[in-house]
Amino acid sequence: MLVRPLVAGLGLVCLVAPAAAQSRVVILSTTTSTQDSGLLDVLVPMFERKTGSTVRTIAVGTGQALALAARGEADVTLAHAPDVERRYIAEGKLLNRRLVMYNDLVVVGPEADPARIRGEKSAVAALRRIADARARFVSRGDGSGTNLLELKLWRLAGLTPARSWYIESGQGMGATLGLADDRRAYTLADRATYLAFGRRVALRVMVEGDRRLLNIYSVLEVDPANGPRVNAAGGRAFAEFILSAEIQQVIRDFGVEKFGQPMFVPIAGRTDLDVQ
Amino acid sequence: MDLLLGGVRQAVTLLLAGDGEVWAILWLSLAVSGSATLVSLAVGIPAGTALALVRFPGRGLVVSAVNAGMGLPPVVVGLFVTLVLWRSGPLGGLELLYTPAAIIVAQVVIAAPIVAGMTLAAVQQVPREFRLQLLALGASRVQMVWVVLREARLPMLAAVMAGFGGVISEIGASLMVGGNVKGRTRTLTTAMVLETGKGNFDVAIALSLLLLVLVFLVNWALTSIQQRHAGP
Repeated sequence: MLVRPLVAGLGLVCLVAPAAAQSRVVILSTTTSTQDSGLLDVLVPMFERKTGSTVRTIAVGTGQALALAARGEADVTLAHAPDVERRYIAEGKLLNRRLVMYNDLVVVGPEADPARIRGEKSAVAALRRIADARARFVSRGDGSGTNLLELKLWRLAGLTPARSWYIESGQGMGATLGLADDRRAYTLADRATYLAFGRRVALRVMVEGDRRLLNIYSVLEVDPANGPRVNAAGGRAFAEFILSAEIQQVIRDFGVEKFGQPMFVPIAGRTDLDVQ
Repeated sequence: MDLLLGGVRQAVTLLLAGDGEVWAILWLSLAVSGSATLVSLAVGIPAGTALALVRFPGRGLVVSAVNAGMGLPPVVVGLFVTLVLWRSGPLGGLELLYTPAAIIVAQVVIAAPIVAGMTLAAVQQVPREFRLQLLALGASRVQMVWVVLREARLPMLAAVMAGFGGVISEIGASLMVGGNVKGRTRTLTTAMVLETGKGNFDVAIALSLLLLVLVFLVNWALTSIQQRHAGP
């Protein structure tokens, strides 16, 4: 009775399983923000058409994206945690860090603004005021690039926020915005996700335009010595692709139609000193 | 409330408009979880039957392990299958990670103990005297097992439903070993998490309605087979 579906099933397994030897696969480890924004859904098919390679995009927190690449489990990585990236470069695990684009983060909070930070120019000063007022603040708490930047801002403010008003969501940007909205709390969000969530949450932009709130994305290649089967050539091809003039223009135009403003600013060829 | 209604409307629109991506996700979920269920049956039914009929030292321990395996957390399975399939892992040479095949492997690990455990219970329900009688009447061991399995086929269909239901709805393992790669390993559940994260709640609702309908249809088909054989 079960023999025929079993044979059919095994046939199906063979159908969906790829050939064991795939040399033209490029594994890209990146952050959830690039995937959530929809940018990769545009760029990856273009790269595949151009090179005939297959890209497997793994969107995780920046911490994990870089760790995977450093272990040789990916061929190229698109991340936004400059300090951590430089550490891997110094260790020789990742190579050839080049800036790709930036977007900016904003401090958002409830309309009532209990800590009175609306219009504050300095993100660090705003955080200090939130702490003074013991106003609720939701942190990603997930080791993502946004989370790492937030922790850096607390350090610069000379504070260790581990008190009752500081909530760690342990989730992505979208879920964190939802939590902040529900608890009438402040949080740090990338503008792209905030725009996407704009109509769902009652949070308002409180602080923007601080240079420390720039979210800088870099592409890094993987040292083939990190592990077996690293496709270094494929990783380099993706890095060259995303830095090319044509794709930088695609990045510049991305999101304009949907949100009336660009989500990312392309900066290929610039250095950290130019943007910070 | 308007969001929920909007989600229902969105679901109908997505399907009627023949949104290729949604159909592809639906098909992938069905193919992956269907394959995983079939492989689990191929492994779980013989294993469960053998455990029910054969006595050997340490059997109690194995049965306990199978029963515990019925509650294996999918994230745990996802983590270990990922480590095994990593390039640096023991099966890295197969380059299976982030492919549908990897999801099937993880789902088999989740579903096989469910099928084995429920088969074990189903076969043990058949009275021992019945088996002895069959042998006394001159049936070979193979014939005896075949007849016993036929007797136990109704509860075993429940095993199929439990196994399929477990894997089509799990998310932890699919996300970790599949990577939620668009057009390749994005299943209904991983797409739902992604769309929720993006704030596209209407699409997420549409996908969850599709998943519910899919699970219902599959179980309806299996139930109608089961109840037809069960008689009035």
